[in-house]
Amino acid sequence: MGPHRARFMLLGLAAALTAALLAACGSSTAGSSASAAPKPPILIGASLSLTGDFSADGVAFQKGYELWAGQVNSHGGILGRQVKLDILNDNSSPSQVVTNYQKLITVNHVDLTFGPFSSLLTAPASAIAHRYGYAFVEGAGGAPIVFAPKLSNVFDVSLPIANELDPFVTWIKSLPASQRPATAAYPMANDPFATPPVQLALSKLAPAGIKTAYEKIFPEEVADYKAPADDVAASGAQLVVLGSTDVPTVSAFMSAFEQQHYNPKAFIAAAGPDQGQAFISAVGKANATGMMVPNAWYPGSANPLSQAMVKAYVAKYGGTASGINADVAEAYSVGQVVDQAVTHDKSLSNASLISYLHSGVTLQSVQGPVRFNSLGENLVATAFIFQWQNGKFVQVLPAGAPGSVKILYPKPGWAG
Amino acid sequence: MTRQIYEAIVDGILGGGVYALMAVGLTLIFGVLDIINIAQGILVVTGAYLSYALSVHLHIGLFTGLLITVPAMFVLGVAIHWAFIRPLRGRERTSMSLLACYAVAIIIEGVLYRFFGPGYVTLRASYITSSIRLLGFYLPYIYLYGFALAVALVAALYLLLYRTKFGRSVRATMQDQTAARLVGIDVNRVAALTFGIGVAVTAAGGMAYGATSGGFSPNSGYDLISRLLAIIILGGLGSIGGALVAAVFMITVESVVDIWSPNWAIVVFYAALVIVLTVRPEGMFGRAPTRAQ
Repeated sequence: MGPHRARFMLLGLAAALTAALLAACGSSTAGSSASAAPKPPILIGASLSLTGDFSADGVAFQKGYELWAGQVNSHGGILGRQVKLDILNDNSSPSQVVTNYQKLITVNHVDLTFGPFSSLLTAPASAIAHRYGYAFVEGAGGAPIVFAPKLSNVFDVSLPIANELDPFVTWIKSLPASQRPATAAYPMANDPFATPPVQLALSKLAPAGIKTAYEKIFPEEVADYKAPADDVAASGAQLVVLGSTDVPTVSAFMSAFEQQHYNPKAFIAAAGPDQGQAFISAVGKANATGMMVPNAWYPGSANPLSQAMVKAYVAKYGGTASGINADVAEAYSVGQVVDQAVTHDKSLSNASLISYLHSGVTLQSVQGPVRFNSLGENLVATAFIFQWQNGKFVQVLPAGAPGSVKILYPKPGWAG
Repeated sequence: MTRQIYEAIVDGILGGGVYALMAVGLTLIFGVLDIINIAQGILVVTGAYLSYALSVHLHIGLFTGLLITVPAMFVLGVAIHWAFIRPLRGRERTSMSLLACYAVAIIIEGVLYRFFGPGYVTLRASYITSSIRLLGFYLPYIYLYGFALAVALVAALYLLLYRTKFGRSVRATMQDQTAARLVGIDVNRVAALTFGIGVAVTAAGGMAYGATSGGFSPNSGYDLISRLLAIIILGGLGSIGGALVAAVFMITVESVVDIWSPNWAIVVFYAALVIVLTVRPEGMFGRAPTRAQ
């Protein structure tokens, strides 16, 4: 090897080393800049009923989702990324909710989807999410129509509604014959949420000897409910199990009962009395006393996660704990379950999320533990019965369960 | 069962009064302006919200509050006419007015959402939940008052239309706008005032609606409009007394059928409309159409 050739090789080696060093520096620089730049947020899409028939619930759901997102973001987000909500208004319309999820997935390219409010909207929306392989975690779609198609992507973090009146039925059946209501009325709004639990309660109470004095389904869209309410009053039933979806329905029945000087021994509604301040404002504190409603959550829950949420809610939105709508907890639970699943998977893959949620794992939420069966129903949700007692919303059933207080029975008369 | 039917009839008559209060403004506006005010449902709800605001914030009773809400709604009606209806001209006026009224409904709904939020509110007063026992029936005071108010308003409108100079102008305009112009009637002024009066009486309907429904929200108007249209068509478009009679008839039929099937009650409500219109297309008290010259 001549000196000229050796010098050339030495120069070549030096050039290669320099290039490698520069490349290393370059990649190092690129890496530094990547870690310095903020990671894009996780985009979560949801359609909510911000106007229309379900607007009161839709807005409560929005608060629940936003409260959760705010809490998560203040603790560093999920997988180190902030959470950003993309919420569209469906005007309480089953056709608009379909359009909204189509847009969220195909146009807005959201990473994840959260469910809407009500079983009526969840059923069509879940089919859209299923078409695109999105996990559909929701908090207000517990009616049988949501699970009937057996979609693998649907997960309801709340209590399946069909059995929600079970603690009440058990309690009624446990009463001594002298105290047990002899007759019962079952007026039901024509809604997939309102009808199944009342029909199931009827099927269990009738064989127990409680005579059915009234059983009818009324259209939900009528402007007033005086006629069916008067028919219930005329039946003189000692127990009323009302299949309702909102405060106005319950309020209208209560008002008509009072006008007819009719006061059942027990009055339970599928929904309405769980709406916190909205219910009290509509019917008054005194008349609310004795009214019952099934649910899985209430603001006084001893669950530490719930207590933290209640504290955060009051700090963010004001008001009092007892004024918090149960919808807030349902929405918040959706976020919590998705958070835990994504954190476990370390991925935003919807397929992976679906697989994990079907694995039988038990997750935690403000409403209590969550574990899904093959249909996506929450197997471990516990049904409680709550009652308004002198302006306080308290847990009364199951009797003897932690947190349950003595039930007010028979229901006090109307305050006038 | 007989007692239940009697009770349903009483409910229907009293409830019909409330619906008449909501429908009478709609039929008056149609009679004079030949337009269907699709915004009537939201105007009823607006009346209810005004009563609510006066009751909650100023502690003014629901009926006393009408002294404020009726004039306020009159001004609103005149303003709506001036801004949305009056500019419409030509052969497409009637169909365009449907769109204009729909736009008005959307705007008002948005304003109500802005001020009152999406939640339900309720009107409260002692006479809403109390009742008087008469002939073995409990008659709620609010329905009795509502029915009396409906009769009084229909009578007042009748006197206005048939016993005043303005009423003659209105009736002339209802019969033939061109002829009314030719005899010196300011048709635009009559139309604006009539629209205002139609919206003003809706304030009473709104109060009654708010007091008898379990609660209302800015969205509640949509549940009302189809029933109100059915009532004024049955009563005869433009007939004020017809609106009262039709409202009582429809709500009574619905209330009686409700004893057997609440779901069929709403079907029968509209089936009754179809049957009556088949026999008498101009409605119960409507004018028979004159042959085109």
